Amino acid sequence: MTGAAETAIEAAGQSAAGRNAEALRAAERAENLSVAALAAPGLALIGLIVIVPIGWLFWMSFRNAQGFTLEHYERLLLPTYTLSLQTTFELSVLVTLICIVLAYPIAYIMTQTGRRMTAVLLTLVLFPIWTSLLVRCYAWLVLLQRRGVVNTWLEDAGLIEQPLRIMHNFTGTTIGMVHIMLPFMVLPLYASMRAIDRDYMRAAANLGASPVRAFWQVFVPLSLPGLFAGIIIVFVLCLGFYVTPALLGGGRVMMWSMQIERNVTYHADWGAASALGVVLLAMTLAILWGVGRLIGFNRIVGGR
Amino acid sequence: MLNGAATETQITHGRRLWLYVAVLLIVVFLVLPSLLVVPLSFSDSRYLAFPPPGWSTRWYQEYVSSSEWRDATVVSFLAALLTMALATSLGTLAAYGLHMARGRFATIAYVAFLLPMIVPGILIAIGVFLLYAQFGLNNTLTGVVLAHTVLALPLVVITVLSGFKSYDMNQEMVARSLGASRPWAFLTVTLPQIRVSVISAALLAFITSLDEVIVALFIAGGDYMTLTKRMFNALRDEIDPTIAAISSLLILLSVALLALSQLAERRRGG
Repeated sequence: MTGAAETAIEAAGQSAAGRNAEALRAAERAENLSVAALAAPGLALIGLIVIVPIGWLFWMSFRNAQGFTLEHYERLLLPTYTLSLQTTFELSVLVTLICIVLAYPIAYIMTQTGRRMTAVLLTLVLFPIWTSLLVRCYAWLVLLQRRGVVNTWLEDAGLIEQPLRIMHNFTGTTIGMVHIMLPFMVLPLYASMRAIDRDYMRAAANLGASPVRAFWQVFVPLSLPGLFAGIIIVFVLCLGFYVTPALLGGGRVMMWSMQIERNVTYHADWGAASALGVVLLAMTLAILWGVGRLIGFNRIVGGR
Repeated sequence: MLNGAATETQITHGRRLWLYVAVLLIVVFLVLPSLLVVPLSFSDSRYLAFPPPGWSTRWYQEYVSSSEWRDATVVSFLAALLTMALATSLGTLAAYGLHMARGRFATIAYVAFLLPMIVPGILIAIGVFLLYAQFGLNNTLTGVVLAHTVLALPLVVITVLSGFKSYDMNQEMVARSLGASRPWAFLTVTLPQIRVSVISAALLAFITSLDEVIVALFIAGGDYMTLTKRMFNALRDEIDPTIAAISSLLILLSVALLALSQLAERRRGG
């Protein structure tokens, strides 16, 4: 008798618990949905201004007056475009390599100086990011022009006879781009180096490694995630870069992005421009995706 | 000093003196070129030699007296302020949602918010130009502000999210359990405590809009020509020293904003 009553009460309790759990889950879903909705206005704006036009460009890249076509993509095989693709990659690789060489020492020293000195160095690295891109391009134009500061000083010092041609060409573009990209290499490198436990270096020294060996065999491998993140950021930014090559290249450095601009502004050729744009976006996403698989996407963007 | 150990592996400062010299040179490379523009802007010569043959403020006078430059400056600052307001509010709202929401939606939405940073600027520029052509938004302030807001959103969302991460959300829950509505609890309990991130995000949004070139090249013009577009066109044609004066003023502004953001960071750290 008592047994049956207990069972009945228990069953009632369980079904009440079940109902409660159901209600709780529903409430949680509703709650989740309502907070997620807060992201909606921002998402809608991004959808309208970034995603819709890109979809449209994608559509146009396959269309001509007759309908579906691949002619815009076939045209990308012309020497003008393949050459400019080559220039884009050469410049991006070169700038990335120089950035690695310049960023590593400064990030390394930043992890070893006192707190105040590190703060000073960090501010100096951040300063270019906060300075207008055009101001920095202008500075390089002034410095590198034929009768510019660099040439005048080198001539006065008797190091050169003729002014060097370092502006409006590949060299000038490279210098300007390195200047723009360097902070984006230093910051992830520094973040990753700062997280390295110094005990590893002590242990290496303790086990008889010379400072140089400890550096190459212990420190460098541990800093690789930051280095990869920096490489990806810099390389991807270089691929689509427009302003600096357009100003410092003086028309002699034809980047992929400049071909896009030309096709729109001079020829109003949306087929070619959109095909070029689709290829640029595909390259960018492929690199991000590939490396994201390798080291984790969040590491690159520094998100959660 | 030079013989003292520099690191745990006992390398001495003397043995890596070259490293310090290298770092010094790299820092000079990073900072000096922009700063060199400041003395040049006070030159009295059309040709930008260094050191300038004589000093004057004629390029500043030229800048102030030119209505074209003045108008462009006003447009740029107006756009930057409106972008800052819109991007900071939309981005903070979104960061709150992304921080609280669970599941796959939150991840997808987060990636979507990063898109404007991932997609190459030139592609966004021609896309926006195409879109605005349909709605007559090219050469309008609204158009510039909307496009710049989208470009600033990733930075705002990332910055504010990092603020949420170091904040204990239970505090807001307590406020709500004591009867505060959700918006009220957010405004009076959460927002004051993540304000440093929100301020940094706002500064980033402001500078993003003020410095933006590539999209403005396509969609700004007419009465709403931005400073950057005018500067870009001037730089492509000839090296006009007026730009040295404008650049110096912009550098001053960058230094002020950077100091402000560093100050905010320090307040958070301390």
